[in-house]
Amino acid sequence: MRLGTLHLDRGGQIFLALLALTTLLVPILNLAVPADSPLHVSTFTVTLLGKYLTYALLAIAVDLVWGYLGILSLGHGAFFALGGYAMGMYLMRQIGDRGVYGNPELPDFMVFLNWQELPWFWHGFDMFWFAALMVMLVPGALAFVFGWLAFRSRVTGVYLSIITQALTYALMLAFFRNEMGFGGNNGLTDFKDLLGFDLQSDATRIGLFIASALAVAGGYLACRTIVTSKLGRVTVAIRDAESRTRFIGYRVERFKLWVFTFSAVLAGIAGALYVPQVGIINPGEFSPINSIEIVVWVAIGGRATLYGAVLGALLVNYGKTYLTGVMPDAWLFALGGLFVLVTLLLPQGIAGLLRRKEATA
Amino acid sequence: MPTRLLRSPLSALRLWLLVALALCAFAQAALAGSAELEQGIALIKTNKYDQVEEGVTLVASSRDPRAVGLLAALQDSDLYLRKADGRLFIATRSDAGYDLIDPLTQAPAGTAGKRDLKRIRINNRLRSQLRTAVATLNLTHPEASVRLAAVNEMLDRLDADSLALLRDLAGDEKNAEVRAGMTAAIALADLNADEPARRIEALDQLEGNLHPAVQGGIQRLLDREQDEAVRATAERVLEGLQFKRDLYGFAETLFFGLSLGSVLVLAAIGLAITFGVMGVINMAHGELIMLGAYTTYIVQQLMPEHIGLALFLAIPAAFVVSGAVGILIERGVIRFLYGRPLETLLATFGISLILQQLVRTLISPQNVPVANPDWMSGSWQINSVLSLTMNRMYIIAFCLIVFTALYLVMRRTSLGLQVRAVSQNRAMARAMGVRSARVDALTFGLGSGIAGVAGVALSQLTNVGPNLGQSYIIDSFMVVVFGGVGNLWGTLVAGMSLGVVNKILEPWAGAVLAKILVLIFIILFIQKRPRGLFPQKGRAAEG
Amino acid sequence: MTKTKRFASASALAAALSFGITALANAADTIKVGILHSLSGTMAISETTLKDTMLMLIDEQNKKGGLLGKQLEAVVVDPASNWPLFAEKARELIEKDKVAAVFGCWTSVSRKSVLPVFEELNGLLFYPVQYEGEESSKNVFYTGAAPNQQAIPAVDYLMDDLEVKRWVLAGTDYVYPRTTNKILEAYLKSKGVAEEDIMINYTPFGHSDWQSIVSEIKKFGSAGKKTAVVSTINGDANVPFYKELGNQGLSSEDIPVVAFSVGEEELSGIDTKPLVGHLAAWNYFMSVDTPENEAFIDTWHGFIKNDDRVTNDPMEAHYIGFNLWTQAVEKAGSTDTDKVVEAIIGLETPNLTGGKAVMLKNHHITKPVLIGEIQDDGQFAVVWETDAEVPGDAWSDFLPGSKDIVADWTPPISCGNYNSVTKKCSGQNY
Repeated sequence: MRLGTLHLDRGGQIFLALLALTTLLVPILNLAVPADSPLHVSTFTVTLLGKYLTYALLAIAVDLVWGYLGILSLGHGAFFALGGYAMGMYLMRQIGDRGVYGNPELPDFMVFLNWQELPWFWHGFDMFWFAALMVMLVPGALAFVFGWLAFRSRVTGVYLSIITQALTYALMLAFFRNEMGFGGNNGLTDFKDLLGFDLQSDATRIGLFIASALAVAGGYLACRTIVTSKLGRVTVAIRDAESRTRFIGYRVERFKLWVFTFSAVLAGIAGALYVPQVGIINPGEFSPINSIEIVVWVAIGGRATLYGAVLGALLVNYGKTYLTGVMPDAWLFALGGLFVLVTLLLPQGIAGLLRRKEATA
Repeated sequence: MPTRLLRSPLSALRLWLLVALALCAFAQAALAGSAELEQGIALIKTNKYDQVEEGVTLVASSRDPRAVGLLAALQDSDLYLRKADGRLFIATRSDAGYDLIDPLTQAPAGTAGKRDLKRIRINNRLRSQLRTAVATLNLTHPEASVRLAAVNEMLDRLDADSLALLRDLAGDEKNAEVRAGMTAAIALADLNADEPARRIEALDQLEGNLHPAVQGGIQRLLDREQDEAVRATAERVLEGLQFKRDLYGFAETLFFGLSLGSVLVLAAIGLAITFGVMGVINMAHGELIMLGAYTTYIVQQLMPEHIGLALFLAIPAAFVVSGAVGILIERGVIRFLYGRPLETLLATFGISLILQQLVRTLISPQNVPVANPDWMSGSWQINSVLSLTMNRMYIIAFCLIVFTALYLVMRRTSLGLQVRAVSQNRAMARAMGVRSARVDALTFGLGSGIAGVAGVALSQLTNVGPNLGQSYIIDSFMVVVFGGVGNLWGTLVAGMSLGVVNKILEPWAGAVLAKILVLIFIILFIQKRPRGLFPQKGRAAEG
Repeated sequence: MTKTKRFASASALAAALSFGITALANAADTIKVGILHSLSGTMAISETTLKDTMLMLIDEQNKKGGLLGKQLEAVVVDPASNWPLFAEKARELIEKDKVAAVFGCWTSVSRKSVLPVFEELNGLLFYPVQYEGEESSKNVFYTGAAPNQQAIPAVDYLMDDLEVKRWVLAGTDYVYPRTTNKILEAYLKSKGVAEEDIMINYTPFGHSDWQSIVSEIKKFGSAGKKTAVVSTINGDANVPFYKELGNQGLSSEDIPVVAFSVGEEELSGIDTKPLVGHLAAWNYFMSVDTPENEAFIDTWHGFIKNDDRVTNDPMEAHYIGFNLWTQAVEKAGSTDTDKVVEAIIGLETPNLTGGKAVMLKNHHITKPVLIGEIQDDGQFAVVWETDAEVPGDAWSDFLPGSKDIVADWTPPISCGNYNSVTKKCSGQNY
């Protein structure tokens, strides 16, 4: 890693500093400060923050391919969900014989649908290392195959966007099918513990929160490294003038493929961290609307800045949490209006606004 | 006579009947019939399922010509009891309340308010009993078409009585078609005959008859038949039937596919303009369809007496409403975003959320009922196996009309010329004096208006609710992209072929898997032809 | 119910979130009741009505002087048909708003999603919708029908009264139809129905093109035996399904359809003329003629200010659940979860069909089963009903995995899934 990773990245520096501060403060305020103190951070808030952070990592992954490579993926939710499912399968296996039917081998949903034995693809998920590997391998492999096909035949622009959407839509329909062995519409839920830690204890939640924060920081630095390296400059060149880059002699397809795959792996990791914190994974995560929403986060935060993506993810999701509670009947107006206004008034997103301020200051 | 009878209390009626029966021995046959009728009517008036059932049996066995009207009214749940005097009437809703008709004489009998009447309730058991009864009575109906329907009806539920009746009637039947139906029924019964020769004869008569009862009957014969010759004939006949069935089955699948395709084309064709020609990734397209469907609902609410007319008026109304909203969106938001196509996705996504919630707030979060006019319901029965549903045929026709109209607008009008010019080279078009801002607004309005028109069609097929648009938006994008962005023909061919492929896959893969396979097919197809079925040619296509 | 208060507490929540400070608990002058129904997204169609029902019930209770001398206060949130959001909102209601009880959820997946939250935080959930069973939680009260209170009686009716011999089990592909159909399949086979006389078909959510499936049902039904369709098709997909049935000329005399998810609310979106005679099995119909029901409908029309609005089965379930809860709170003298859970078992309240609903030890209630035929005015005419209320059975006797399992939340068992063979109670979260 060259010195330049965070050099000239004021936004990134501020973001990482804030992240570090939150990661230090929140556990203390949650665990050490008594519940009746005004400074206490409730476990509810911790879980919520943890969830936002996984979304932030997902947004970084999308920003990497959209902001720096020009691929508008409307299917990144699929990689996120696949990572989530891999983690969910591990958590299901950890339940063991503590399910309601007490079957040591089969998850509950298989028992009441009369499955006789564990499907082959569930084997191995009782080991954490295997599940962790799959969290990265499955989304990565799917992205690799998909990208290899698509980039080789030079599918670009909206065509690419729409077939990524087709991909996540097809996966959603497939996972909805109960025959698939992933719990159908109900998905995977009722998790008990992770690596032996009780998922309902405050300490585990704090642990997951810290893990998410570390993942976001790691993801950010990795992406930052990529975009500031020579590879990153090539990707920007591809984004701005694909044909020209190709004529110069770069193997455009390869660059695209590797960055796309890396981004999918990041999304998978985000999904894996997301599942134990919200306690459920189901095919709804594959829904094309979800993937569009991710893109909206990035756009609101500001493309091609990485920290903007984080900002957008946090802001929109916080807005959602807040508004669905305060104005349950009208929150869609506010959210929809926000999308329209940001697109019209802040073409560079919020990050652009910050940068502009900085420039004038 | 009977009307006076009906006024008397129940016990007295029965007594009177007995007396009448005893006295009038000379007219016994005729009177026995009418006595059964009276007795049956009395039982129907009790309005208790089991007694009504007995009553219907009595009325039916009276063979009285007046019974048909009574039973048919009961079958349609139009038979009411007037509370004041306990008389039965056929009542139809009118402005003043209910118009009454005497069920036996079919003569008008004044009006009544809703509270004066009590409906004679029926359940499924009664309904099927009534159907057989009405069919039996209708075998002697003066109109051939009614007789034919009655015969076909009876094929399903032949018993000794009805068979005897059919054998009686078959000889005198004048109408060839009806006679053929009756012969088939008799032949069907003859499959159980003792002599093998008669069974073979019956089989020969049934050859090529596609009525489902025939196949079932022959199948059952095969299951128990010992005689080789009969077996061979039965197998041959059955094979012939199966072949015909497969053929018609294929035609049916094709029809299903085309009608699904029409829905896809209708949903996508507006998008083919806004997205295909203008390059706006219009996520609010589904909501523009939804607005069209809601317009249909509102127009129907304004004129509840003329559902059919309302549907026709809804077409221009929906075009105007959705078109106006489209122009508003274009002028208010999209025009600031030209040259940044991906950002139109975000803004229109926001607009789609707002429009959905707007409908929830202003109208209702529930689905709203949109009525189907009578001519949209039912089906065109080609034979016992193949029938084409009317609403689907209208949809296919409507889809083609909309497509043709749009195609003509784009090809033959100056607006179409300007639209194509602007979409191919904006700067050059402007230099040639095209007012591109106006053209943009009109084009977007046109695409949106067409989406609204599609909404009118969809309102006849599916739920009209706030989520209507969401269910079509993804499919619409698939169709446009598969067909090739910017090409109307592509959208038509793509929609139709996806519909047909989906329907061919569905019987053996199931509805979900069929859809997944179609999506995978699209993904792979785009690898092969990265710009869809009909790619745009020339330099404009690059970038 | 005061909107300003709701707003104030919500803003406090927001402040707490933004600054990481716990909201100061509202002064205990009201008892808060959480309402967790989707007001947007796909399920809003069904769930908004239940939110309004709850607001009405709370309003009525406050007019009667509230509960324990305090006013009730509704806390409405919108989980937006998003299942993880259900869990988040449930946590918000219990942890932040400190509600005494939550009334909510519709789909099974939303219930499954919130279940761990209620068990962890020891909250109370009243779940008002018919469901697949196979569950009994300490913290959940199931006021909708279990399969034995809906599906099995309906099949009995078809078999005995309509002499149905051939069965189509058509459903949306999710857990409720899957389980119900498994139970029905086992039940039908135990009654001697052959394998080839049962056709099972699953479709995705919101399926709108029913041409092929209806045509298949038509073919299946033309085999000379009386055929019926048992439909567990989910809400939205029903309208196009019934339209297609009507258009392809399948009338209720040929092939009756008995539905478990089609009620007055769903029918109010369609022209029911072609559907007359098709059936639905529920525990309540709006057309039932009792004084309680009449009063309920009048109150509803008054509250919603629209005389055309219908009432339906899940609304009755909320009515029963709410009354049982208020009774239990009064009996316990407190809204404390443990006390209410103990007090509520065995309580009874009149239902709207002239009978009584009793809260059982397995957290399900007793319900009458009614079978109604669709009329042309969108209402149902009852054609059959059980003689007495049927107690809800959490664990089906017709599934191999669950026939040994019983739920009993009273000592000494105190378990939702007690295995009477191994004498074990596994996997509890509290």
